[in-house]
Amino acid sequence: MTNQCEIKFTKLDKEKLLLTLSGNWKLDNNIPDASVIEEKILSFSGIGYLEFITTDVAEWDSGILTFLIKINEWCSKNNIKMETGGLPQGVQRLLALASAVAEREGARRQFVREPILSQIGSGTINFVHSTIEILNFFGEVSVAFMRLLRGKARFRRADFLLILQDCGINALPIVSLICLLVGLILAFIAAIQLMMFGAQIYIASLVGIGMIRVLGAVMAGIIMAGRTSASFAAQIGTMEVNEEIDALKTTGISPIEFLVLPRVIALVLMMPLLCIFADLMGVLGGFIVGVGMLDIGITEYYNMTVDSVGINNFLIGIFQSCVFGVLVALAGCLRGMQCKRSASAVGDAATSAVVTGIISIVIATAIITILCNVLGI
Amino acid sequence: MINSESHITVHDLTMAYGSFVVQRNLTFTINRGDIFIIMGGSGCGKSTLMRHMIGLQKPAAGEIIIDKLNFWNAEVRERETMMRNFGILYQSGALWSSMTLAENISLPLEEYTDLSSNDIKEIISLKLALVGLSGFEDYYPSEISGGMQKRAGLARAMALDPEILFFDEPSAGLDPISAKLLDDLILELRDSLGATVVIVTHELASIFAIGNNSVFLDPDTKTMIAVGDPNKLLAESDNPKVQNFLTRGKIHYEQTS
Repeated sequence: MTNQCEIKFTKLDKEKLLLTLSGNWKLDNNIPDASVIEEKILSFSGIGYLEFITTDVAEWDSGILTFLIKINEWCSKNNIKMETGGLPQGVQRLLALASAVAEREGARRQFVREPILSQIGSGTINFVHSTIEILNFFGEVSVAFMRLLRGKARFRRADFLLILQDCGINALPIVSLICLLVGLILAFIAAIQLMMFGAQIYIASLVGIGMIRVLGAVMAGIIMAGRTSASFAAQIGTMEVNEEIDALKTTGISPIEFLVLPRVIALVLMMPLLCIFADLMGVLGGFIVGVGMLDIGITEYYNMTVDSVGINNFLIGIFQSCVFGVLVALAGCLRGMQCKRSASAVGDAATSAVVTGIISIVIATAIITILCNVLGI
Repeated sequence: MINSESHITVHDLTMAYGSFVVQRNLTFTINRGDIFIIMGGSGCGKSTLMRHMIGLQKPAAGEIIIDKLNFWNAEVRERETMMRNFGILYQSGALWSSMTLAENISLPLEEYTDLSSNDIKEIISLKLALVGLSGFEDYYPSEISGGMQKRAGLARAMALDPEILFFDEPSAGLDPISAKLLDDLILELRDSLGATVVIVTHELASIFAIGNNSVFLDPDTKTMIAVGDPNKLLAESDNPKVQNFLTRGKIHYEQTS
């Protein structure tokens, strides 16, 4: 006896066809294709009953079941009756189990491609909804902030201090590293051009103004969007998954006051400090290139920087960093509060928080730059 | 029965997410001191019904009356006052993960009472002792087991001596002995505090052991198909779905009728 799947057809009488199965009917053993067998059955015209003999089937697994289910479906379509009596006991029972619960109508998902116009339409509706949601959130945070000013809102001081530490001192190493390198890069690029007409000394003003007016704040903002905003979204999102937000609400504590306010305030307080630090590190980067490579004197570089960077540039930088602090914190908290109830939703919330944070930083920078231009600052 | 004064009345309640109706025409009364079971198969809207009763989700239609006050028509402030009488044990415990057990229990106390920090400390040890967690004050929720988290959640739910205790699947994820201990604790709390207890569960052992009133939600017809004492429902109900559920599928109904 070979282990090959084999099937023999014997016509018993006018209507009855006997299928004799033998061999190992297992998934990895080349089970014959159901459609081939179906054609074969059709070639005996006028068949009304199918019977099986499986005494020579040595081993079987799900392979024989899927094969028989296909045959069975085909039979019922073609008004052929399939007698399962000759099949192994286990196969009979599993077939009965598989057909015990009829497929629930409408349960199977239909994948219909949406026409492009309706995609645009639902996209627009979603956009409007999410804009309203964002405005709502801004409103709620503002109300909570007013309550805080009137001494009514509350959050735990311990939470606040922890957040302060996390988005303040814990962020210093990465902010210093990146801003030092940005200062270096800026100075290098400028050096190549400025050296061509012997104006190396202007590296000091270029790096100084560039870092202090814009880049210090923007770099610090983007780092915080990647670092803190994502962590806010993940923390709050996990609390949502864990029903902790529900527990706050039913205890009568507003999650906006309890979770969002301390985060926004902490970041708004820490961002200007981080920005000052970022400015310093950026200027230091330029200083290293200027003094170390281009032989500009230490005092010369210092004086040039101080002369060219006015107080206005510094204040604009600080103002921007405050704005970024609000935006980054709100982006993180908003995405966290919008989180759905699953593990992957927390990941999505963190991703979306970073994206929202960075986009809003870039847009805010553009607006502030244009405004300063118009106002002539 | 302790007494039969009605405590919570749900009248013609329809619950929906957008245009998708979860359950409609729910009408039942929970008496003071009842242990009321919300039961039904998976996905029939048991937890959703509880979310409506604890103020997390607004009904699409109908009303919930608690202590003769209309819960959802009340102003936000008034509703919050009513919610102060609720103690809620969430399915996952929902302890605030950034706080120790003591801080978890003290938050509602600090929020709503003028107790001194010493008094609060004493209440915390008392509540933790009641659920068998003495000495765990300074543990964070992630440092204790799932069963302990649930008991700690119960301690927090009891912090303000609530009049109504809500439990969302209290025995889910617990071993049979812990589940039994939790059932005993619920009975004990009802008897000693005189609280009304509302439990969402499909744990048959608990349903028969502690429930004295219930509603059965059916996901197919999207409404309730039985109300009353679960033990009586088992003996008397002639609804095959209810019988099927209460007997774990041994159609008891064919033999009795």
